[in-house]
Order: sequence, then structure tokens, then C-alpha cells
Amino acid sequence: MATLHTRSAARLMIAPSVLLLLAWMIVPLAMTIYFSFLRYNLLMPGMEEFAGFSNYTYFLTDPAFFQALFNTLAIVLGVLFITVVGGIALALLLDQPMFGQGIVRILVIAPFLIMPTVAALVWKNMFMNPVNGLFAWLAKLFGLQPFDFLANAPLMSVILIVAWQWLPFATLILLTALQSLDEEQKEAAQMDGASAWSRFIYLVLPHLSRAITVVILIQTIFLLSVFAEILVTTNGGPGTQSTNLTFLVYAQALLQFDVGGASAGGIIAVILANIVAFFLMRMIGKTLEA
Amino acid sequence: MARNVSTRRKIVVTVVAWTIGILIFFPILWTFLTSFKTEAEAIASPPSLFFFDWTTENYHEVQSRSNYFLHFMNSVVVSFGSTLIGLIIAIPSAWAMAFSPTKRTKDVLMWMLSTKMMPSVGVLVPMYLLFRNTGLLDTRTGLVIVLTLINLPIIIWMLYTYFKEIPGEILEAARMDGASLSNEIIYVLTPMAIPGIASTLLLNIILAWNEAFWTLNLSAAKAAPLTAFIASYSSPEGLFYAKLSAASTMAIAPILILGWFSQKQLVRGLTFGAVK
Repeated sequence: MATLHTRSAARLMIAPSVLLLLAWMIVPLAMTIYFSFLRYNLLMPGMEEFAGFSNYTYFLTDPAFFQALFNTLAIVLGVLFITVVGGIALALLLDQPMFGQGIVRILVIAPFLIMPTVAALVWKNMFMNPVNGLFAWLAKLFGLQPFDFLANAPLMSVILIVAWQWLPFATLILLTALQSLDEEQKEAAQMDGASAWSRFIYLVLPHLSRAITVVILIQTIFLLSVFAEILVTTNGGPGTQSTNLTFLVYAQALLQFDVGGASAGGIIAVILANIVAFFLMRMIGKTLEA
Repeated sequence: MARNVSTRRKIVVTVVAWTIGILIFFPILWTFLTSFKTEAEAIASPPSLFFFDWTTENYHEVQSRSNYFLHFMNSVVVSFGSTLIGLIIAIPSAWAMAFSPTKRTKDVLMWMLSTKMMPSVGVLVPMYLLFRNTGLLDTRTGLVIVLTLINLPIIIWMLYTYFKEIPGEILEAARMDGASLSNEIIYVLTPMAIPGIASTLLLNIILAWNEAFWTLNLSAAKAAPLTAFIASYSSPEGLFYAKLSAASTMAIAPILILGWFSQKQLVRGLTFGAVK
């Protein structure tokens, strides 16, 4: 029974957040859209002119764009595959009775708390370096030729580093969901003679489906904009072999000072993310009703 | 007999789980160990795990060569500053939406969340130009502003899901007894909301501490937090593994400790309450 007084007070209390987020959402985005129709380079100030859709046609016909689009998808799908499959396996393992469960949990969660630049540099130098890295030492130990990960398989290396960071997230969420599974249901299935495999397929997996969807959607949002890991390991290269959309726009803006082109790229990235966000919002909206 | 089998199973599970856990944790352990080696030992072949001459020289070197403490303080100021300002803005909003919901509350919440879906790179150009023209580029103030805005939706959402769990009747009762709005907030709501606020604070400090898009793009020498400072190690400058490790260890240690205390809140905060 909210009175008129409390209702207007409530509105007043919500106002600052709404106004701030509204400004944050509209002002820069409107500017990006405006810039994307200009021929505007920071190296040539005062030369701005209306350019129509030429920035978009330039960006969309650039071979680097297709490479970046492919790399973006490869990073998202590659990391999702590793983290979801690995996360389910790890969650099932950590759900078993064992000694020192709390400590193992802490060990597994740790990579998620590491800042991206540290994670990427540690992997780049101390593991993947073809001369001094641990992987090179292991290879030599087995009489193999050390492999230069970042030069010969840059995209795969980035995927590996990012997957290491996100595996804990998937594991943690799937484990939380797994622990809410009714023990009696599992026991009943076991009594009825269901094998471990069919218990997993018909009981555990359906129970996890919601958590898996949440993991996929939230990770996709973050994985679409992987940036720091690429910047400090491969710098997008060799060539554009490990450039994703975020990195391409960054390079266009802050390395080539092409404000117009970068803005068009930014808008394309926004449209892509919105397609994903649409599904995520529907998911979370449903939980609000529940 | 059955008990025997289950104990054996438990031992097998323990061995497998610990092996995998240590493998996943190994890069962090390795960084920690390397930070106490000399540069020569850091790249020695075969590498030594524990048996080397432990030295803390790298930690001194990192501080004396580059002003490490400045960047550490930048991280502290930016992550705590943005989180605290975010909380001050978000607490009244989340409170109002949790206790005086209207028909549109759900839409407002969903809309707030949708701002989080916008990829940062979509507004990189205007933000960079705005910051350049207003002198906010490479300042702590500028980073605090941006990080407050990008984390505000998460702060509001987390607080909202926690506030929702506080029984509304208690507030009604306080109101009946003639408590004013400010008294209601200070004496009734706050004590009940402290655990939720603390969890929100913790998660957001972690997120802000590790944020590595805006901090890398909008800061240079002066205001660079640790994310950007560590990135400067990406250009090879001779032998530097031990120093990189020392700088990294100091950068990740505080957050590792905070994070281990807030595992449960991590799940809840990062899934916007969809998985509890």
C-alpha cells in the first residue's frame, strides 16, 4: 500500500541511476553513430565531411573485417566448447565426496580472479615462449621440437588462455546448480537400476540445462569483447591472424586515428552483441517472473 | 564391505580432483615461485620447482625501476572509488525498486541490464575524444567515472536481489511506528542489508580491479592501474621473467584473497541472480 508520498520518493531515489545510465547509453552511442557517417581522421583535423555509408562499405568490404569476424566467432565458440564441456566434467567431479574439497575448489576458481593482462603475459612468456617457456622444455624433454605457439597458432593460443580464465566461471556455476539437485531423485533413479550414464543424460543434464544456458549467454557477452589478452600476447598478429572485432576497431581508432571507420566498426560490433543480448535478456526476464 | 568400496572410491576421486586442481592452479603457483628466483634461474633449464636460492630482490627491483606503488594505489583508488560511488547511487534505487515496485520496475531493471550488453568498443571512439577534450584522459577521476558507469547495472541488480529477500512487513511496521524515510533506511534497512551490500562491494572491487579494456585505453603513465602497468611488460626488454612474476604476484594477491572469501556471491552476482 504505497502512498503517493512514498511513490514519489521512490521515483526520486531511482532517478539518479536511471539518468546516469541513460546518459551513458545515449550520448556516446549517438556520437559513435554520428562519427560513423563522417570522413574524420585525427591526423587531419578540420577536414571532417559527411561521408554517407562509405565508412560502412569500407569496413564491411575490408578483408581484415572478415578475418576479424571469423576470429571473433572462433574465440567465442572455441572457449565456450572448452569451458562448457570441461565445466560439466569438473563440476561432476567436484560434486563427489573427497578429502579437501574446499581447497580443490579454491584452486580451480583462482584463474577467474587473475587480471587478464597478468594471465596473458604469464602464459605468453613462461609457458608458450619457444625458447624459455615450460612447454618448450617439456617438448625437449620428450625429444620434440619446441613449438612457437604465438607465431604458428596465435588464435588457438589466445583461445587457450581465455578458456583457462573462464573455465572456473563455468565450473562454479554448474557446480552450484548441481548441488541444488534433489539427492532423493538421484537415489530413486539408482534404485530403479538406471546406469550412471543414463542418470547423467536423463536426470543431471536436464537439471543443468538452465545453468548451461546462463553460462553460454553470459560468457558470450564477455567473449565477444576479448581485448587485453590479444593486446599483450599477439597484438592481433601475425598480420590479422588473431585480430577480433574489438581489436580491429581499437586498431582503427587508436593506431590509425580513423575515427569514422572505427565508429562504423563499433556500430557493427554493437549490432552483433545485441543479437546475443536479446536471448540473454529473455532468459533473465523469465527468472524475474519466477 | 560397501563402506570399504566407497572409501576406496573417495580416495580415487581425491587424487584425480587434486591433480586437476593443481594443474589448473599451476600457472599461478609458477608465477609465485618464479618471483623469488633470479632472472637466470627463472629461465634455467631444467627449471627448478622449489630448490633454488630464494630472493626478494625482484620485489625491490620492480619498485625502484618503475613506480610500482603509484600503479598499485591507482588500482586501489579506481576500484574502491568506483565501487563506493556506485553503491551510493545504487542503494536508494535498489531499495526503491525492491520495496515500492511499480508495474514498470521490471522493465527498468531489464533496461539497466541491457546497458551492460553494449560492447565497450562501440563507444570507445567518443569516450576517448570526450576524455581527451575534457582533460580526463589518464586521470584517476576519468577511470572512476567510466568504471562506475559500467558496473552500476551489476551493483543495482545484486543489491536488488538481496533487498528482495528482506521481509517487507518489517519496513511496514517501522513506517507505522512513525519512522521517517531516512530513519527507516538508517535504522531498519541498513543493518539487515549489510551482508548483501558487503557481497556487492566485494564482487565489484574484484571486477573493477581486473577491468582491462577501459583502463588500458584511457590511461597512460600517470593514472595507469596495475592492469595497464603489467601490460607494459609485453614488450620484450631482455630477461625479465622474475620481475614480471613479482609485479604480477603483487597485482593478483589481494584479489585472490578477496575472491576466495566471496565464492558464493561470485555466482549470484555474475548470473544476475539467475543461478543461486
